[in-house]
Amino acid sequence: MASNEPSREMLEQLLGRELRRRDFLRWSAAVATSAGLASFLAACNPAASTTAPSVAASVAPVATPAGSVAAAATPSAAATFGRTIKIGYVSPKTGPLAPFAEADDFILNGIQQTVGAGLLIGGITHPIQVVTKDAQSDSNVAAQVASSLILDDKVDLMLVASTPDMTNPVADQCEANGVPCISSVAPWQPYYLGRQKDPANPKPFAWTYHFFWGLEDIIAVFLDMWGQVSTNKSIGGLWPNDPDGNAWGDPVHGFPPAFTSAGYSLKDPGRYADGTSDFSAQISAFKKANVEILTGVPIPPDFTNFYKQAAQQGFKPKVASVGKALLFPSSVEALGDLGLDLSSECWWSPSHPFSSSLTGATAKALADSYTSATQKQWTQPIGFVHALFEVTADALKRTTNIDDKGSIRDAIKATSLSTIVGKVDWTTGQPVPNVSKTPLVGAQWRKGTTFQYDLVIVSNKDHPEIPAGGKMELIAG
Amino acid sequence: MDWLNALLQGTLLGGYYALLATGLSLVFGVMRLVNLANGDLAVLAAYVALVVVRATGINPFLAILPVIVVLALAGYLLQRLILNRTVERGPLPPLIVTFGLAVIIQNALLVVFTANSQGLDAGAIENASIDLGNGLAVGLYPVLTLLVAVVTLGGLSLFLGRTRLGRALRAASDDREAASMVGIDNDHLYGVAMAIAMGTLALAGIFLGIRTTFAPSDGPVSLIFAFETVILGGLGSLWGTLVGGIVLGVAQAFGNQVNPAFQLLAGHLVFLAILLFRPQGLFPRAGVRQV
Repeated sequence: MASNEPSREMLEQLLGRELRRRDFLRWSAAVATSAGLASFLAACNPAASTTAPSVAASVAPVATPAGSVAAAATPSAAATFGRTIKIGYVSPKTGPLAPFAEADDFILNGIQQTVGAGLLIGGITHPIQVVTKDAQSDSNVAAQVASSLILDDKVDLMLVASTPDMTNPVADQCEANGVPCISSVAPWQPYYLGRQKDPANPKPFAWTYHFFWGLEDIIAVFLDMWGQVSTNKSIGGLWPNDPDGNAWGDPVHGFPPAFTSAGYSLKDPGRYADGTSDFSAQISAFKKANVEILTGVPIPPDFTNFYKQAAQQGFKPKVASVGKALLFPSSVEALGDLGLDLSSECWWSPSHPFSSSLTGATAKALADSYTSATQKQWTQPIGFVHALFEVTADALKRTTNIDDKGSIRDAIKATSLSTIVGKVDWTTGQPVPNVSKTPLVGAQWRKGTTFQYDLVIVSNKDHPEIPAGGKMELIAG
Repeated sequence: MDWLNALLQGTLLGGYYALLATGLSLVFGVMRLVNLANGDLAVLAAYVALVVVRATGINPFLAILPVIVVLALAGYLLQRLILNRTVERGPLPPLIVTFGLAVIIQNALLVVFTANSQGLDAGAIENASIDLGNGLAVGLYPVLTLLVAVVTLGGLSLFLGRTRLGRALRAASDDREAASMVGIDNDHLYGVAMAIAMGTLALAGIFLGIRTTFAPSDGPVSLIFAFETVILGGLGSLWGTLVGGIVLGVAQAFGNQVNPAFQLLAGHLVFLAILLFRPQGLFPRAGVRQV
């Protein structure tokens, strides 16, 4: 009873009177009503009602941000079982970057089925436990949860994905604490150069490894897409004041010099803050410069806002190739009819000719199983989150001494693996040590069959092994 | 010409801010209750509209009526069942309760609708443009937003000034004890005030949903702009809210004209300047009781 007293006191203080039996009845009625309301809301959502199990599954990580996806294996008394290996996984489950992490639960379930029973490392089967933490799309929170994974959960290695805002703080924590870290879904320049003390004189990292593409790839892809159509070669740049926007818009290392040397003219009105609600200054600057090609890397709500205001204020580009904002079908659908023929970079799609080293599934099979499990259209992070675990499992299997973090790191460093996103290889040290590049192509949103818009690959100049589904087209109308 | 354009677009933006802030302003004016869930309730309204639109396939503008009814009802119940228990205990408990409500709404929306950003598709009107000549063009939709804000605020101020219920509301706001002595049911009146505020939030939510995309975590940003609008205009003054919204919108548009990096900063600076030199706002309500 004693432990009940303080909470009762607190309640009574809040109530300003003594706690009565009626209160309890009243509250339980209120709780029951709100529970009923929640299930009513769930029933209202057509997507949720058909996939009730997936909704239930996603409740757990929200309710307990530190919730862990435990391996299904219960080690028997057999001596062949070693200790459980803990993998930390940091991703933006909530907040503006949440669409990047939307497929996490699906991928983690798949991984659990494949390696949940354990990985055979040096003749001993080690159960695998993935501890997931929500970074809330905030780089400070990302650093915090990474340090708690390292110090409290004592993870053996760390995984992190989705934009430099997530990968950099987590990788920095790992580097400082001597924990191996594998990251992805952030262009390599902001990841590698952005973490250097002196970016002009970069030094390799000891513990942190990354795979994705770089700014040189997206510049090549955009220029190839624009070269396929005829325009007045006048570009408008919509670059925000965040790590991505500053890297893309950098007058020396970013897009501007590449545009000028390819014969394009550029109007750059300057960096704006994420969450800006009025773009009239940018729109009038673009109109004045007679811009026909729009590019940039805004967050999704900002682009929707900008593009609608542009239509209202009479600015209609012929080409719009935009990073980040146009990655997800939901943000293109939100533009209504304006979404047609917008273009974007494409890092992974069901038509990529790769398959998983863990499950053997092709890119198309993985995307299809996501759609059948969730009733949702595939998104690009699906392949990369899966590949993170492919690389991890491969490195762990090759680790000689699992209790030595340096040994795990050496195994990661020696990785040369064909994954569902292409080849991941850190042995060559190209383009820089710690970074392995995966292929990048360009794609355009076209009228879809099952869903409103489909992403069709229109530029594969540097990666002809990835089949194109059509040619670049000017925005209709 | 650029500055004239900025003034024009900023004024229209101000209409949107005023619409967002109407509910906040009313609730504060009548109950001295700072509703920290204001932004999240607007986002919730957008989601309710989304459900209605998806279920029936109607234009979001036609969904305005059912969404207002749903939110007004929810507002009345919220006030009667939860907030009325806190308003008499000083300014802090309602602040904490509405803050908690904001967190609950965000997480409930995340569970039900996922983190995907959604939009309400109102068809051609969204992109319709009015050409004013000389390279100036304004969107039909922002103009409509400003008109709706003016009509809403005007209607509310007529309601408060001219009707019996409105007078009772003002009485309860001026002196709770005296009002109850002359037979006014404060609890019921507060419920009505919250219902009206939530009705305006329903309107704001639908305009938010058509204007841009929304996601479960978008509420707090709307709250900041609504809050600044109310403070700029003067606490509890409805017409002040309209002016506050326009001042904020124009400040942001001018900042943007100087340099895109200054847009939000310019709005915040004007807000700070008002707090420093005229903390009661541009149009303070006469005889506001100190909180």
